[in-house]
Amino acid sequence: MKDVNVLMVGVGGQGVILASDAMSEIGMNAGYDVKKTDSLGMAQRGGSVVSNVRWGEKVFSPTIKKGEADFLISFEEVETARWAAWLKPGGVVIVADVVVVPISAMSGAFPYPDWEEIKGTLQERTEKIYLIPATRIGAEVGNPKALNIVMMGALSTFLDLDTEKWLDDIRKKVPPKFLDSSLQAFHRGVEETRSMKH
Amino acid sequence: MKQLLSGNEAIALGAYHAGVGFATAYPGTPSTEILQTMAPMEGMYTEWSINEKVALEVGMGAAYGGVRTLVIMKHVGLNVAADPFFALATTGTNAGIVVISCDDPGEHSSQGEQDNRHFAKFAKVPMLEPTDSQEAYDLMDRAFKISEEFDTPVLFRSTTRISHCKCTVDVSRERTTDLKKPGFLRSSAKYVMVPSNARVHRVAMEERIARLREWVEEFPLNEMILNDRKLGVISSGVAYQYAREVFKNASFLKLVTTYPIPANLVRKFAAEVEKVIVVEELDPHLEEEVRLLGIEVSGKEFIPIIGELNPEIVEAGAVKAGLISESVLPSAVATSKVTIPPRRPQLCAGCPHVGPEFVLRKLGFDPNIKPSPTPREMTENEIVVTSDIGCYTLGVYEPLGALDTCACMGASIGHSTGLEKAGIPNKSVAVLGDSTFMHSGITGLADMVYKQSEGTVIILDNSTTAMTGHQGHPGTGVSVTGEQGPLVNLEKLVEGIGIKDLNVVSVYDLDAFETTLKRCVENAEPSVIIARGPCVLREKIKWTPRQVDQDLCVECHDCLDVGCPAICIWDEKVQIDSAVCVGCGVCEQVCPSEAIVEMKS
Repeated sequence: MKDVNVLMVGVGGQGVILASDAMSEIGMNAGYDVKKTDSLGMAQRGGSVVSNVRWGEKVFSPTIKKGEADFLISFEEVETARWAAWLKPGGVVIVADVVVVPISAMSGAFPYPDWEEIKGTLQERTEKIYLIPATRIGAEVGNPKALNIVMMGALSTFLDLDTEKWLDDIRKKVPPKFLDSSLQAFHRGVEETRSMKH
Repeated sequence: MKQLLSGNEAIALGAYHAGVGFATAYPGTPSTEILQTMAPMEGMYTEWSINEKVALEVGMGAAYGGVRTLVIMKHVGLNVAADPFFALATTGTNAGIVVISCDDPGEHSSQGEQDNRHFAKFAKVPMLEPTDSQEAYDLMDRAFKISEEFDTPVLFRSTTRISHCKCTVDVSRERTTDLKKPGFLRSSAKYVMVPSNARVHRVAMEERIARLREWVEEFPLNEMILNDRKLGVISSGVAYQYAREVFKNASFLKLVTTYPIPANLVRKFAAEVEKVIVVEELDPHLEEEVRLLGIEVSGKEFIPIIGELNPEIVEAGAVKAGLISESVLPSAVATSKVTIPPRRPQLCAGCPHVGPEFVLRKLGFDPNIKPSPTPREMTENEIVVTSDIGCYTLGVYEPLGALDTCACMGASIGHSTGLEKAGIPNKSVAVLGDSTFMHSGITGLADMVYKQSEGTVIILDNSTTAMTGHQGHPGTGVSVTGEQGPLVNLEKLVEGIGIKDLNVVSVYDLDAFETTLKRCVENAEPSVIIARGPCVLREKIKWTPRQVDQDLCVECHDCLDVGCPAICIWDEKVQIDSAVCVGCGVCEQVCPSEAIVEMKS
């Protein structure tokens, strides 16, 4: 079994933790030893959130070392840059086109960088950068809260696991009234990523 | 059966399977989820106690009464509960009692960092520390057996990374039914700590720890792993996992009984390897214990004493000590070219604390003096704002920047009284939340009345314990599982303490709050303002969002001083994000040009 290290990052309230919980269960059900840990602390109140998910034959540390993440899954543009150093050279970056402006960027002391600048930093490590139109997908499926499911769909295209394993977990977790839009969100995440790969 | 469990969930399930019938706690990150996991389990009594001291005292009562009991708190909670903790170590127990301390290395969500392993040695009680969720689950059963066999509380120490890390756990047991019936065995010799009895117990405590020293030698979860004999690593807790990651071929002694340590096992391990090091988070607890055995050992020379460890830090230490020649993994090379705006936690859009803190900044801080980390003299009319532990502590950050002190639960009131009685020329105001007031503000307020203080206490009453995830407290009457029960009436409590100048105002009416505060500050008797408004996160409030009428906006940016996450400058204009705005109307009251209005639907 190949070890898989996924760093999921974003802002408090975006559903990063739920996505990483799902990732962990999917890994466990696929027979991996799994550890996952979040750094949030006071982050429920709008701070930066990072979740480490590790699948392997035997996992010791729950945290991923800098330079060791196979995947950097980012729910917010500037958060991608914040955690870029954790990405393995040549690793995969999946970014939602979501901007959440921090208070610190309001005064002008820390202007919010544009995507091209952020991308430039990421390109020092990898060319595999996928910007997912998550906002548009959320609107299309009528469920903006499904951002985390869009991102799971995107990630699933890189992992050698049966799609049903992902869908099963979504079916278990999502309340009935959001199930249809969530499944659609997953598939749209898959499609967008596949189309970018070609 | 395999389950994915956080350390906290594993502790809860392990304790439940060990037959625990009684659990008490005060919420505190990273410990909160333990009680919440246990509450719905069948046959459990659970309570959010008013504070950790009471939680432990209630727990002691239950354990004296023959019910296996778990008492849960964060590291600083054990400071509050230290008095009954030492008392319990002295009396011993009837049924097993385990005290969980969840430490927070790196202060993810705490006002300070401390290594609570010292408490085990200090109170002369055994301590267990898991290295992952599996061990947390497995150890809990043994913790209760130790407690009963040795007539002692057991300190069970977790850390943020153990409590909040999810791992695959083999859940092998079911709830034990082999438990005695509740019943108190009357014995003043055992339970009444008058000096004559306490002296007898004091001797028993030393005998107990001596017996434990022998007993831990055979503890099956301490594990010796012999690989390359050049280096032997002694470790515990999550640091063990990091060390396994870094020293791939070394020999290991993993200790879960970290007080007392198994001396002979350590000696045996040291004899097997050429060099012994200790990798542990925070203080050199194990290192000192090992050194006392006369073994040559190092650790804190190269492993930091401050903050949370991780594999990178352990690796850097190992390189520094010459234990590994170079980084064994690809190093982090990318240094971001972009300036990344910091994203610190902030008060939510519509947070009920924002209005009062905005007014405190306005009244209490000279607008002509720029905020600076350097201590400065206060000007004549400024007010000292002593504060406390809770979401509202976030008001220390700009643009609110409205707080002067925050030390520990309930301290705001004492600070204010102390400043006043010391004779400083400025007035002072104490600010704390409803849950914190219940936890340890009541005594401070009684002291204020007793000392004829002229101070003002603002209780920000959002009717919950918000920061830790909306737990109930005596002022709300809400139980762990969310049922409404009898409550302590805040106004009557404050009046009963002797406060005559009591005011209740809405947090959303800035003018009323400001007028009341000005009057209370000038009043020569102690006063209380209950500033009331629900936690928007809990109540999921959504009134009519506001928008900026760009024709009226004069770009003074006064509204940005509110520090609301819904307001930002985008395309060089002040904009309000209607998806984020809950319509509290605070910014509207702040705007001098009436440019902020209700959104037209």
